[in-house]
Amino acid sequence: METAVFIVCAVIVLAGALGVVLARNPVHAALSLVGTLFGMAVLFLNLEAHFLAAVQIIVYAGAIVVLFLFVIMLLGVDRLEDLSVEPITGQRTLAALVGLGTFGLAVAFILSSDIGAGGHIQVLTLDITDQYSNLRQIADVLFTDYVYAFEATAALLTISVVGAVVMSRRMARKDEVQETQVDD
Amino acid sequence: MTAALGPSVFGLDPLYIGGVGWAEVLITLLKVGVAFAVLLVAVMLMIWFERKLISDMQNRIGPNLAGPFGIFQTLADGIKLFFKEDLIPEQSDRLVFKLAPYLSLVPAFLVFAVVPVGGDFNGGDGRVSLFGHETFLQVSDPPVGILLVLAMSSVAVYGVMLAGWSSGSKYPLLASVRASAQMVSYEAALGLSLAAVLLKSGSLSTNQIVFEQSVWNWNLWVTWVVPMVIFLIAATAELNRPPFDLVEAEQELVGGFHTEYSSIRFALFYLAEFMNTITMSAIVVTLFLGGPNGPDFTTVGWLSGLLWFFIKLMLFLFAFVWLRATLPRFRYDQLMDLGWKLLIPLSLGWLLVLASYDVAGDRGWNRAAAVIVMLAIMAALAGLLALALRAARQRRELDPQGGFA
Repeated sequence: METAVFIVCAVIVLAGALGVVLARNPVHAALSLVGTLFGMAVLFLNLEAHFLAAVQIIVYAGAIVVLFLFVIMLLGVDRLEDLSVEPITGQRTLAALVGLGTFGLAVAFILSSDIGAGGHIQVLTLDITDQYSNLRQIADVLFTDYVYAFEATAALLTISVVGAVVMSRRMARKDEVQETQVDD
Repeated sequence: MTAALGPSVFGLDPLYIGGVGWAEVLITLLKVGVAFAVLLVAVMLMIWFERKLISDMQNRIGPNLAGPFGIFQTLADGIKLFFKEDLIPEQSDRLVFKLAPYLSLVPAFLVFAVVPVGGDFNGGDGRVSLFGHETFLQVSDPPVGILLVLAMSSVAVYGVMLAGWSSGSKYPLLASVRASAQMVSYEAALGLSLAAVLLKSGSLSTNQIVFEQSVWNWNLWVTWVVPMVIFLIAATAELNRPPFDLVEAEQELVGGFHTEYSSIRFALFYLAEFMNTITMSAIVVTLFLGGPNGPDFTTVGWLSGLLWFFIKLMLFLFAFVWLRATLPRFRYDQLMDLGWKLLIPLSLGWLLVLASYDVAGDRGWNRAAAVIVMLAIMAALAGLLALALRAARQRRELDPQGGFA
């Protein structure tokens, strides 16, 4: 059962990922990303990580990709792009190199670990002990061991929001304000 | 997958405890089928109810020809829509245009799956016996039940957004940008007011939330009314119902995000809209009014729960129609001000007050003092917020072009 779900979801996730890269229309690419995120959410469910699955949908599909779509629609970049011209020289070669490097690292990691060799599988997560374990365990760890990291992330997000607001608002200098008043 | 090992993928329903066989699969299918059919019929009746009620409030008669009291009017309208020509605009993105109505409809259905519609909560934990199997009267009881509601309401944004964009026309696009901004903003207030309920119930499972409220321990007064008011306002905005129906402000936007839709695709949006009204009312009942809780006034155990749920549901459905008949539409900036500058800070502050009350109880401090201190902190923060808003307004008046370029 788990294997069947995994195979179906893996196909969805990979198809979505390919769609993100290959779709010519940015909106279609964003929608493929949503497909990938849903597949991932079901994979989390498959691992009995209910909370992560729900948060995956709420945060990534519900907020972040919606924001992507917003930007695409508001900026009017929802046309087919001309891909024959490279926007930054050497960008594609570099991207291919970095991609291959990452892929190589991942393969090397799997080959060097015990999992690939059929050895024992190391469990990195905590055991599920009680009924509402998911949420409770995450909360326990988040608000004890990692509370500084958690707070720092929160502060970082707040700062970035404030920064975005400041950058999007053009504050007039004093002399400009007086000029407009004279014009009136 | 053994159900004995904590929560299974299927949730906490006692139906699956002894393993899953044919009987369990059939009962689940039956529940899904019944929920589906009941929702469809409920939507039909809801549309009729709304039209009839609003005509009464406006001194009109309303639909009165199809069937007794015009009760089959919706059915007639549905059949008419079904047989109309299905138009797809030339400039549209065909694939997304066809996909969007379903993205609206499916979440509306799915939310209802976690609502416990009945069961005995007077001493029991809501179990009923169905063909000799113990189960809850809800399609599913996932351990993250209430998060599913939030997730589905955030997925519903896609339906609106993509419908407007894919139409390839100006007004639907404007409407959909407006609508999705509204829905995303109010989702925050919705989630934060929910946090108060979760704090008191200590669980995300809807069945557990209802169980914690059993015998008059309703969250409405356990959380001191404010979260429910915030939730109701945010839910109305999330549903795009009046007075927050800027999405289909006819004077400004022709018809709203579904201007270019016709025939059955339009019907799907219409269906989703009314279905969302019903499911959201059901969620409010579940979260704040104890779901099927209430004194047993029948001799049959399971019937009273269903009846109580129905009575409470009707209360909110009536209130939604009443609001529509009474209130004028909000202006867009008023809507955003209400959401971001009032509802979100207030729900956060209220969470602080409730949490301090609980912590004071645990530590043996004076609870009243804790609450008063928290209220004082809230008042101070509200004062700061008001000052900041005033400074921003003054700056704007000095330099009207200084905003978004």
